Amino acid sequence: MTRRALWTRLLGLVAERCVLIVLLLATLTPFVFIVLTALMTDQQSLSPNLWPDPFRPANFVAVFHDVPLLRYTANTMLYAVLATVGVLVSSVPVAYALARYRWRGRHTVLLGVIALMLLPVQVTTVPLYILYNHLGLTGTLVPLIAPKFFGDAFSIFLLRQFLLTIPQDYANAARIDGAGELRTMLRVILPMAKPALSAVALFQFLACWNDFFLPLLYSSENPNAWTLSLGLSAFQNQFSTQWNLVMAATLLFMVPVIAVFFAAQRSFVRGVTLTGVKG
Amino acid sequence: MSVATREAPARPATRTVRRGGLRRRQRWFVLALLSPGIVGAAVFFGYPLVTVLGLSFSRYNLIKPPEFIGLSNYRFLFSDPMVPKAIVNTLWFAVVVVILQLVYALGIAMLVSRIRRGSTLARAIFYLPSMIPPIASALAFIYLLNPGTGPVAAALRLVGVDSPLWFDDPHWSKPALTLLALWGTGNLMVIFFAALLDVPTELVEASTMDGANAVQRFRHVTLPSIAPVLQFAAVTAVIDALQYFAQAYMVSNVHNGGGAATTLVLGYPQNSTLFYPVYLYVQGFRYFNMGYASALAILLFVVSMIVAAVLMRGSRRLVHAEAEES
Repeated sequence: MTRRALWTRLLGLVAERCVLIVLLLATLTPFVFIVLTALMTDQQSLSPNLWPDPFRPANFVAVFHDVPLLRYTANTMLYAVLATVGVLVSSVPVAYALARYRWRGRHTVLLGVIALMLLPVQVTTVPLYILYNHLGLTGTLVPLIAPKFFGDAFSIFLLRQFLLTIPQDYANAARIDGAGELRTMLRVILPMAKPALSAVALFQFLACWNDFFLPLLYSSENPNAWTLSLGLSAFQNQFSTQWNLVMAATLLFMVPVIAVFFAAQRSFVRGVTLTGVKG
Repeated sequence: MSVATREAPARPATRTVRRGGLRRRQRWFVLALLSPGIVGAAVFFGYPLVTVLGLSFSRYNLIKPPEFIGLSNYRFLFSDPMVPKAIVNTLWFAVVVVILQLVYALGIAMLVSRIRRGSTLARAIFYLPSMIPPIASALAFIYLLNPGTGPVAAALRLVGVDSPLWFDDPHWSKPALTLLALWGTGNLMVIFFAALLDVPTELVEASTMDGANAVQRFRHVTLPSIAPVLQFAAVTAVIDALQYFAQAYMVSNVHNGGGAATTLVLGYPQNSTLFYPVYLYVQGFRYFNMGYASALAILLFVVSMIVAAVLMRGSRRLVHAEAEES
């Protein structure tokens, strides 16, 4: 290689690293300003000064007094936990049937699952809203949670993709040992699918924690059934000039997500990769 | 994990479950396994899909019983000046933003795949914003971009540029939402990163030996081998764009000066953030025009299923992979 070519390569590498570092910093910047603003006093947050002086961590306490943040958190938790349980209990069997047995029509069913996975939620909301309204369930969390106990297309798809990778040998060996179908599933195959199960649980929990559209639709009429998303969107209306409080509340809303992410980072990355359907 | 496309090696000799037939007990077991899904599909998809079609031919406001009005809703849909606005706004997201997201995510993934140390941390940092609740990230961007006291305006002042009005300016509101969307593309980045690791190194080396430059290597080696992943990511991103709601709701809500939820005008400023799902929501759940909202839903259904069909065409392997037997 000539000297010139070496130089070009080196310059290219340096340029690449610089771009990467700039993008990393740009990605982190919003977090930095959210934290800084959340620590400002009311007046500071309205001034162009970007550094809090003095720091006021009391904002994080203040938001609990201003809005029933604990109630919103409890509602959000209830929604996210029950929905996650429901999705696991109902989607694992369907995925298992699709991945582990050869029956006629399974390709068609899988196509249906993929179609439902890609169906925008807004398509079915009008009739479902009318249904829940007739049943007197709007203004509660029931319309958010109940459907999760009857299978979730995305979770079924993800689980099925993973279950396909477990060789049939294990199941056959268990059958030869006299284990029934249910026992084979629960004792042999599902324990091997733990990475996929935890990824599905994480995604579902997160999707519910972050959900805005369905809570807005079904539970917004009753402030006692509000989730954090609804609470935060209303909070902003009330305190539109107090950016410090708004950012403090925003941060409190983000923190559990960030904590879960760092605790289960590997599971996340594995799960996301699985959803990408690698070729 | 390379899952979907791994074909089962055909070794019929060791198969205990024969093709086309399950034993009787297994058949009942499969049916039992499928039952929650069957009930769910019927109640939460079958029933509403049939009902929404019926409602789209009716006038209904939740108070008086539905009244059949034939094709009036559809006739109104094609003359409603808001519909083209909502479609154009949504197309901006489904085409322009999706392309930007794919390019940005792939670019970052390639940059990250080329560093040896710190790549896990870099991936974590890029992935993090995609998990932030959309309401929280929308609020954060409203603050960051606010033209008066926001940090972005301060940075622009330093270089002597006036900050755009972002969410208050119909020309800048969608670019501002685009920035927000790009910030949150980390999940695509992780997917692409994993796909890049699977590009066969022999091919890369062979093409380098043959004198291919970086651009040629990307076009003829990298791109073809990650194409299925790109395709799937593109379709899911388009489908997400068709449902884009929370962030749009939030930014127009805030800039209306807040106010009670029932009085706010969505789509602010000048309908520039009136996306199709937002308009559907306004018609159905603000004005309670359930019939008209159903007609809008049917159009959304048709469009999204066409997009889904595009995916099916290319990815037969997705469906036909089987559990491995050996």
